[in-house]
Amino acid sequence: MTPLQRVQEQFAKDLIETHTFRGDETLIIRPQALKAVAKFLKETAELDFNFLMDLTAVDYLFFAGGRIQKEFRFEVVYHFYSLKTNHRLRIKVPLAEDHPEVDTLTDLWPGANWYEREVWDMFGIRFKGHPNLKRILMYEQFQGHPLRKDYPFNRRQPLIGPPN
Amino acid sequence: MATQTRTMLLNVGPSHPAMHGVIRLIMELDGEKIKNVDVEIGYLHRAFEKMCETVMYAQCFPYTDRLNYVSPLINNVGFAMTVEKLLEIDIPERAKYIRVIMSEISRVTDHLTCIGATAMELGAMSVFLYMIKAREYLYELVEEITGARLTISYVRIGGVKADLTPGFTDKCFQKIADVRKVLIESDELLTRNRIFFDRMKDIGIISAQDAISHGITGPFLRSTGVAYDVRKANPYLIYDRLDFEVPVGTKGDNLDRYFVRMAEMEQSLRIIEQCFQQIPNGPIAGELTGCVIPAAQMVDRAKMGQTEDLIEDEVDLDPTLQGSTKKYSKSINTNRRDVVLPPKEETYGNIEGLMNHFKLVMYGHGIRPPIGEVYFPVEGANGELGFYIVSDGRDQPWRVRVHPPCFPIMAALPQCLIGSMMADLVPTFGSVNMIAGELDR
Repeated sequence: MTPLQRVQEQFAKDLIETHTFRGDETLIIRPQALKAVAKFLKETAELDFNFLMDLTAVDYLFFAGGRIQKEFRFEVVYHFYSLKTNHRLRIKVPLAEDHPEVDTLTDLWPGANWYEREVWDMFGIRFKGHPNLKRILMYEQFQGHPLRKDYPFNRRQPLIGPPN
Repeated sequence: MATQTRTMLLNVGPSHPAMHGVIRLIMELDGEKIKNVDVEIGYLHRAFEKMCETVMYAQCFPYTDRLNYVSPLINNVGFAMTVEKLLEIDIPERAKYIRVIMSEISRVTDHLTCIGATAMELGAMSVFLYMIKAREYLYELVEEITGARLTISYVRIGGVKADLTPGFTDKCFQKIADVRKVLIESDELLTRNRIFFDRMKDIGIISAQDAISHGITGPFLRSTGVAYDVRKANPYLIYDRLDFEVPVGTKGDNLDRYFVRMAEMEQSLRIIEQCFQQIPNGPIAGELTGCVIPAAQMVDRAKMGQTEDLIEDEVDLDPTLQGSTKKYSKSINTNRRDVVLPPKEETYGNIEGLMNHFKLVMYGHGIRPPIGEVYFPVEGANGELGFYIVSDGRDQPWRVRVHPPCFPIMAALPQCLIGSMMADLVPTFGSVNMIAGELDR
């Protein structure tokens, strides 16, 4: 049984969709279930997804020039990797525009700390329970979240130095 | 009078001689011991991911050059292979070997820079000079093939820009021998050097458990004894046909990271040698079909409408642009016409070629992968370099995410530093091999 099927079986009611594209197995789950799924992936002995390889987000506003309407604007994307079984798995969590918030994974993987700060910085998605959710690449006084699709790529903002 | 003990805050960076790269560390010191570290990054943020969303797929390559600017070829390969995975393209054998050769040359230059800079910061100036000399040999090879040293933009979706030049094999073997000499020399100067040894040994230790939970990959993880290498775990290109080892350390201290990098350079040189034994032959120089005319003349004739028989002729281009000539295009580029630009003889010689060219370079046309998302990892010099691309079926990527290998390492840096002496910052930070271009994107 593949890891995808294991999760499918275990979390049938929290699952929105699964697909495999070009060999990348993907699960789309409800945000409430994220922590449980992540814990299951990490702590089940035969799955053993010990790496949180990457954590990022995608903004689907006006996707494909507005031709494809997604139900939720944001998706937080997790890439897991298991050293033991050499398996990769992608988990996506759709989030609505008005309240983009999802549980943090910092207590399971300390490496999630900076990734989540970056997603907050770039997309304005909050992580519930994060110990230090502040901007990482941009400066504190920066207005807006630059990787959102409604942020124009050529907008200029005053550069503000650190307080002396 | 009552004495009072307080900790001291010390700011290092963002621009500091011992920081090769812009980064700021705010340290809380108790005497000379580091009690706490706050790492601040973002000083070299150039909006790589945002800019990639505004250009066509092929135009992202110059941006990828500037991620890890010490080994730009690996970034190029990583991005190209992600788009190829999205498009389901298989590239010709010869192009695969060329990509591997160039990637491994880059890996050696990266490791040379890392060890050389670390050694210099610990006072071994001559090792730095020797290693930069060796890096120069390799940059000369890169320059001969790509035409540039740093911002190479060499790899193309579906192939590479230029074939290997005649006589490159011999030149490469000569340079490999020279690099080996430098490596032996540096090994003699560093490995048995009391000062270097004492400052590296048992400093900046991280356990395998911690490294994995932080998502650290590459030499930093391997120094803790975990033999994870993308080239072995998920072999891409032709790495499964090559015989090489994955060196691992035992303790995860600075000295182990130094040994792992030294051993990896030797393995990379071995890979290059094997590639030259296995690489299929390309077109032979001097094997001509029509007459050879200079590029400028071909453009002039085409503009004046004198396209008759132009397609029979061959264009004389610089060796670093060979990939766009009729003779070389086939052997180093895939034959998918919706991805690879037609050879210049066809662009100027007939209308189909010209239309093909414009269909690929005009905004709103270009390379159009299907709707979907892929993640593809390659082994960068610092660890797993992954690209995650979301395509919406248009000519511009919807989202390009790069997983920078030194990002998790920098996040774990406080763990390596807390409890050690202030002076240990320098070797530990050196062994991370932080590349700000990749870290901040």
